[in-house]
Amino acid sequence: MPSAFDNVRFLLGDAAALARLCAQPARPPFHEPWLRFLDDVAQRLLRDPRTAAHPDVATFAFWCRRASLEALRKPYGALPAPRLGRGVAFHVAPANVPVNFAYSLVAGMLAGNANVVRVPSKGFPQVERICAALREAEAAHPDMRDRLCLVQYGHEKAVTDALSAACDARVVWGGDDTIQSIRQSPLPPRAVEIAFADRYSFAVADADRYLEMDAARVAQDFYNDTYLTDQNACTSPQLVAWRGNAVAEAQARFWAALHARVVGRYALQAVQAVGKRAAACRLAAALEGRLAAAPDNLVTRIAVSRPIPELIDFKYHSGFFVECAVATWDEILPLCGSRCQTIACIGVAPGEIAQSLVPHAPRGVDRIVPVGRTLDFALVWDGHDLIRELSRAIEC
Amino acid sequence: MFELAPFALDRALKEPWLAAQLADLTSLHRERCPAYRRMLDGLGFDLRRAARVADFPFLPVRLFKEMELRSVPADAVFKTMTSSGTTGQTPSIIALDRETAGSQQKALVKIVADFIGPRRLPMLILDCPSVVKDRALFSARGAGILGFSIFGTERFYTLDDDMRLDVAGIREFLARHAGQPVLLFGFTFIVWKHFYRELARLEAPLDLSRGILVHGGGWKKLAGEAVTPREFKARFAEACGLARIHDYYGMVEQTGSIFMECERGHLHASVFSEVIPRRPFDFAPCAVGEPGILEAVSLLPRSYPGHCLLTEDEGRLLGEDDCPCGRKGKYFEVLGRLANAEIRGCSDTYAVRV
Repeated sequence: MPSAFDNVRFLLGDAAALARLCAQPARPPFHEPWLRFLDDVAQRLLRDPRTAAHPDVATFAFWCRRASLEALRKPYGALPAPRLGRGVAFHVAPANVPVNFAYSLVAGMLAGNANVVRVPSKGFPQVERICAALREAEAAHPDMRDRLCLVQYGHEKAVTDALSAACDARVVWGGDDTIQSIRQSPLPPRAVEIAFADRYSFAVADADRYLEMDAARVAQDFYNDTYLTDQNACTSPQLVAWRGNAVAEAQARFWAALHARVVGRYALQAVQAVGKRAAACRLAAALEGRLAAAPDNLVTRIAVSRPIPELIDFKYHSGFFVECAVATWDEILPLCGSRCQTIACIGVAPGEIAQSLVPHAPRGVDRIVPVGRTLDFALVWDGHDLIRELSRAIEC
Repeated sequence: MFELAPFALDRALKEPWLAAQLADLTSLHRERCPAYRRMLDGLGFDLRRAARVADFPFLPVRLFKEMELRSVPADAVFKTMTSSGTTGQTPSIIALDRETAGSQQKALVKIVADFIGPRRLPMLILDCPSVVKDRALFSARGAGILGFSIFGTERFYTLDDDMRLDVAGIREFLARHAGQPVLLFGFTFIVWKHFYRELARLEAPLDLSRGILVHGGGWKKLAGEAVTPREFKARFAEACGLARIHDYYGMVEQTGSIFMECERGHLHASVFSEVIPRRPFDFAPCAVGEPGILEAVSLLPRSYPGHCLLTEDEGRLLGEDDCPCGRKGKYFEVLGRLANAEIRGCSDTYAVRV
């Protein structure tokens, strides 16, 4: 491989291994020896007492246990034609989410590919833990040699150029700006790309049924959906649309319970507080949003009269929520344009929301999930079936 | 307000007076700037319940980079100021009518005269002439130089357009004004990088012991050079005998009502201004000594709603009415820019782009 890799830090593999990796034959999806390898990685993480300190690492470990992988395989049990991985998958993971790289990597493996993953350069302990487990497991599974490379590098385009030129599939996380910048590096003519763009997600809540639920539990779930990722994940709800008779009462209870959950857990920095106030002013000036009175800056709520598509341009993060009331669920359709990804449901079944929306054929909405589940990774993500798109069918 | 001595009001006098002025200004902008009115309504601001200066609503200063906020018709705009775009950020665009531009000039004269005296002085401008050439669009640097130029009798630009120091020209200028006080003015990082550094290398040092240096624009660009304000002063004194040095804190969004550093090294609010450090947690005003987000208040803006601005700087009050320099009002220090937050999430964005 060229000297473009001089400034690359290899967390797994090295430049020579990378060269060999590019020449490896692909495997079929859910290749048995690779499933054993992943289960080994999972067991190593779950045995490690340090994993307990990182719920996101534990969640990942559970996700790639044997039993979980078997469940993931189920929907693919009857793939019509024989399939093989495309060859080499090159993943660009988001800079600010520690474990996303691992999910992307596993998706690439489950589809039957050798994988090169650019992992966040920041020293996340989660990245270190998962890399260590992968290294140990690789040593125990000789057939996995030269199948995985984990790299860290800055914005050196030469490296992205070289990795893009060598791959058969490119998976780009990190939103619109990152996609734009990675696309400056050309792909081989037959290579495919899956790019995860900036998205908009929101929550729907049935006020009357919410009032019968455990407020602290819902607050914990909603906290995990939002504050855990600074409300900056594409899955994080930006807005809550309420329906029902006791909306005001439900809102009061919901936000008070959320505030109780956030206090002492979330460290709001000064620049985030200023940013949220600016976002509130912006929304007030443009769409007459009203800031709700609050004891402090931890939870920022802006009321608007109805859900209109323009709200999507006013999204913010760090605990900034828009809310409105609707009479029927189809009133949320204006938010369901192509940028809409996830709808989180509070006190209402995802199926009920789907029933209201699907007949109207919205351009967006890729997932409708219960509150607390927005971050759960699935092999169909953002409307992309990662197994099918990262493998190819052999017609026969 | 231009009749008042700029540093004569103590808390008992200034607080109610300033609150009354702010009530008028807030009503004026509310009436004339629809976007500002919608913001006040959105923030739930009720003028009848604003008793203290700290009760008035503040706008994050970054809003001026994103939208045009104006309280006069477009044809009343006499000039437009922009913050310097040198750091790659979007500049603020501030619309000034004649009245506001005039107030800025008057306030600046009153404030600065309190530190350098009422007489105009021969003036060395520590910058290059091209920075003020484009009169149509004022940059912060150009506006600062033109604003301060009224304190100069004869003005001399000490740098050429390639930022080279004209040492011979300075010597000739100083010889012509030998025995007189000389005013020096420039932006902190330019003063350091293009003036001090060259001075320090001269074999025959300049004698600036009768000089008064006024500089502003912030220390951010000097952070990489590890120059503290204290060292800045010490090095100048050593290199050329320059002992009277006044930093100032100001922003293009509130031109004129600058906060000047006194002989004791403290920044002072004047009768035209106020400073309120606020807690990030709930925006409550900080106690003396407690670091917070600086809110800057100015009574000058009448053509745009920039009278109460939440900056992105951190600072703290050092005291009120009791600075040993004798000036009344609050005095404070700036601790630097707010730390850039690392925001998690799968969209690779940061709270503030550097």
